[in-house]
Parts: sequence; C-alpha cells; structure tokens
Amino acid sequence: MAALVIAEHDNHAIRGGTLNAVTAALKCGGDVTVLVAGSGCADAGKAAAAIAGVAKVLVADAPHLAEQLAEAVAEQVIAVAAGYTHVLAPATAFGKNVLPRVAARLDVAQVSDITSVESPDTFQRPIYAGNAIATVQSTDAVKVLTVRTTAFDPAAASGGSAAIESVAAAADPGTASFVGREVAKSERPELAGAKIVVSGGRGMGSAENFKLLEPLADKLGAAMGASRAAVDAGYAPNDWQVGQTGKIVAPQLYVAIGISGAIQHLAGMKDSKVIVAINKDAEAPIFGVADYGLVGDLFQAVPELAGKL
Amino acid sequence: MKILVPVKRVVDYNVKVRVKSDGTGVDIANVKMSMNPFDEIAVEEAVRLKEKGVATEVIAVSCGITACQETLRTAMAIGADRAILVEVDASVELQPLAVAKLLAALVAKEQPGLVILGKQAIDDDANQTGQMLAALTGRPQATFASKVEVADGRARVTREVDGGLETLSIALPAIVTTDLRLNEPRYVTLPNIMKAKKKTLETVKPADLGVDPAPRLKTLKVQEPASRKAGIKVPDVAALVDKLKNEAKVI
Repeated sequence: MAALVIAEHDNHAIRGGTLNAVTAALKCGGDVTVLVAGSGCADAGKAAAAIAGVAKVLVADAPHLAEQLAEAVAEQVIAVAAGYTHVLAPATAFGKNVLPRVAARLDVAQVSDITSVESPDTFQRPIYAGNAIATVQSTDAVKVLTVRTTAFDPAAASGGSAAIESVAAAADPGTASFVGREVAKSERPELAGAKIVVSGGRGMGSAENFKLLEPLADKLGAAMGASRAAVDAGYAPNDWQVGQTGKIVAPQLYVAIGISGAIQHLAGMKDSKVIVAINKDAEAPIFGVADYGLVGDLFQAVPELAGKL
Repeated sequence: MKILVPVKRVVDYNVKVRVKSDGTGVDIANVKMSMNPFDEIAVEEAVRLKEKGVATEVIAVSCGITACQETLRTAMAIGADRAILVEVDASVELQPLAVAKLLAALVAKEQPGLVILGKQAIDDDANQTGQMLAALTGRPQATFASKVEVADGRARVTREVDGGLETLSIALPAIVTTDLRLNEPRYVTLPNIMKAKKKTLETVKPADLGVDPAPRLKTLKVQEPASRKAGIKVPDVAALVDKLKNEAKVI
C-alpha cells in the first residue's frame, strides 16, 4: 500500500486542504508521498516535507506548471503514479478539476468527496447533497479519491522530515493557457478553513444591510458567508456562498443570520460544531439544526450581539 | 462548429429524497424526474452560442434508460437541433467513467468543437464526467465556467475557483463544464415543446460505440446521514452570549 497526495499550493506555501488529504491518505495504510507540481516551488516542497506523517516529497518544477492547470498537473501525476495504490487530492476547486483527468487516464473510477476511509478499498461519501451517505467499494487496482476536507482533521504542518526528491517535469500539453486571476481580497480568514463563520441570508434584505454583519464578524475574527438566496439576490459575492453548490464548511461556530435553512444551505454547514441561528420566523428550518436559536429581529439582535462580545 | 451537450435525467432538485429502509439506495419510484440543473445551463449556453452564430448545430446526448428521451426532448425544446440517446439497460448502474467513455466515442463520431456539460449531477454529486471526457479525448478543459467566449479557434473561459475567479484560454476542440452563474436557462414554451417532438432522436447502444458500461464502484449501502438534534431557544442576546461563553465555550 502506498498513497500519493497531490499538493495544492501557491508555489510557496501548501494550502490547508492538502493537510486534510494527508490524514485521509494515512488512513488508507502504507507510506504517504506528496507531489508538489509547480514552478519555482522549492519552498512549497520544503513545506510539504515538514507535514507530519509524510514519508517522501516529489517536486516537479517547470514553467508550464506555474498555474497548475489541469492538463499539465494530470500529466505530471500520470508520469509519477506507477507503484501507488491510492492517489488523493483535497476536494477543492483544484482537486476536483485535476483528479478525474488522472482517474480517466489510469482507466479507474474516482471516488469523489470521501468523508471516511472504512478500509483501503471502501469509502463513505455523501450523495444527493448530503441527504444520503453511500458506502462504496472500488474494484480498481488504483483508488483515486478526492477528500472532503471538513471530514478529516488536518495533519500537523510541522514535525515531519520527509526526503525531497526532484522528478522530471512531464511534457507541457500546451492546449490551455492561463490568462488571469481575480482573487477576492479580504482581511478576514478564508471561508473554507475559518474557525468561526458569520453568514447572512435573504432576511438581510439588501446588500447595504448585509454590511451590518461586518462588525460582528470583526469582533469574532470570523469569515463571512451567505446563503444561495442572499447571493442570488446580489447581497453578497458568489464566493461567500455556503451550501451544496457553494462551499462546505464545518467551523467551531457557525452563526446563521436571517437564513431560513434550505436543504441546499444545510448541506454546506450542518457539520459545524456549534450552530447559532437568529431569525424572526420561529418555524424556520434552520432552528431544527441550531444549538442555540434566537427568535427575533436581526436588525436589533446583531448590533447588540456585536456590542456584548 | 457543432456543440455536443450531454444531459442527465435526475431526481428533480425540489424533491427531498428518502433512503430506502433496506439500505440499497434512495427511493426514486414515483418521484418527479428532471434534467440536471447544471446540464440545463449547458444546453442554454450552447443554444446561445448558436444564436450568436458561433455554433452551427447543437446536439443533445443522454446516457441511460428509455425515459431519458423526455430529458432529450426538453433539451430540444430549449433549442438543441437533434438528440442521441445511448440506451443503457436499467440493470446497469452507469458511473462517470463509463459515461465519459460513451461520450468520447460520440465525440470521435460527431467531431464537435465544444462539449459543454454540467459540472456535476445533483444525484451522485461526482463532478467527474467532463474532466474524464477531456482526458479520454486528449482535449483541454475549463471546468466550473461562469463566462464563455469563443473566438479564433479558442475559448476564453472564466472559472469559479476557491476565493475568486480564474480565466483560461483553451484551444478548440475543448470541454467546458458549467457553474451556476453562467446563465439563466430560458423557460421552455409550448410551441417549442411541440417543435421538439418533430426533431430527430437517434438511439444507439453502448455496444455500437464499443464501450463496456459496467460499473467499477460497488455501492455496499446507502444510509441516512447522522441527524443533528435541534438545541434550545434562548430568550435574548445576553443569554446567547452567556451560552456561547460558558456552555459551548466557543468564544
């Protein structure tokens, strides 16, 4: 048994989801190797080598890997994949983009978004937006898995001392090129990995009113989120969306404000440790999953809550 | 340029599915079925590209049982010109790799400049087929698209990625998968539904395409997710702060 984890990184640092994927890989049994494919990515390689539990790091460094486009990264994975029984990546936009390409090239199925490793060939994964959990067994020689990051604790980012090995870069497929990236700038923590999330829904009423949540998020050091209804109404940017079609989050504390609790939203946050709901409708489904519910006018309760913290 | 649009028949997104008591799957008997919402966006985008004069023909494809013909008729009511059903027996559980192989065979036959697929189906939530098809056909991909522009033999695609947007330029022929924000599909009108009934719907079998659709993953059981119990209601903000500090200890 040997697992290969495809690191998600920015050529300097390893992104958080990689650590959760390493934990899942360790559960599959056998040694864990991390592949860092990038350009000028020696620092990312060193960071990967420091992850606790990692036995070896492979670094493929070439200009065409700089933006980690799916075609180039998949070719790189194929070039080094021989001998591994498991290939894993976090189920982030990066992992979801790259890994099915790898699976198809290996002529094996992929198991998406695993939430549990039952045995080296059997995994649990949510289907129907988390309304059912399937236990699936792979009959293929190589198991290709994307890992739901909120379902596995992150491996420690330090304490490891894996050997770093350079590998030859695979040829550039050359059919796709990177044009640009618009990254939403924020002083707040990243939504997917935040310890506290403050989310607003359609009950906020307007984009202007949505700003009411900012002082509360600032006080809590929280990331901001939104329901799909709030995003569709234009109250909040799309990348704040929490839910089956947005981000899946599981923070220590999730504060849902003016969110009714549609199935699609609950699917994205119901694994949070503590859920607080503030809503004027006592019958809102969100109260069915909230640990602490406050029925009342959010326009009074939110400033008062921020003031008392 | 032809555009191929694969569409999947799934449980309607408004239906709350129930897990069967014997743990073999979810109960889809007598449940409303519809086109996968992301696929509807894919059909709409293809039809818009035809209306702009970028595409010459839009071909809808579905893999599955005979009833998938309804889904293909819906695609043609939105504006697809013709349809292909890859008819697979109900006893065969179609999985993404098999579907990607069936589609790759059709791509070889039809030679579309673009294949536009939904990014994932809302039943199995796999998010694999488009990427697998791209790998099998050796074509570039742009997944999770929120904007598609085609010019000079390339597609410029804006993608929804973690924390923002990314723009790629990919050489045609290529594979694009749709995200929610790409467009808002039109409502199908009765005259268009009538017109769709007259459009060509061809049926082929996996064997005609030289593909073995056997599943690679065995579903051992399907369970209800662990349910979360409702907690308590607090009377006011002061009580909430007290609970969070002293009981939950999260602030």
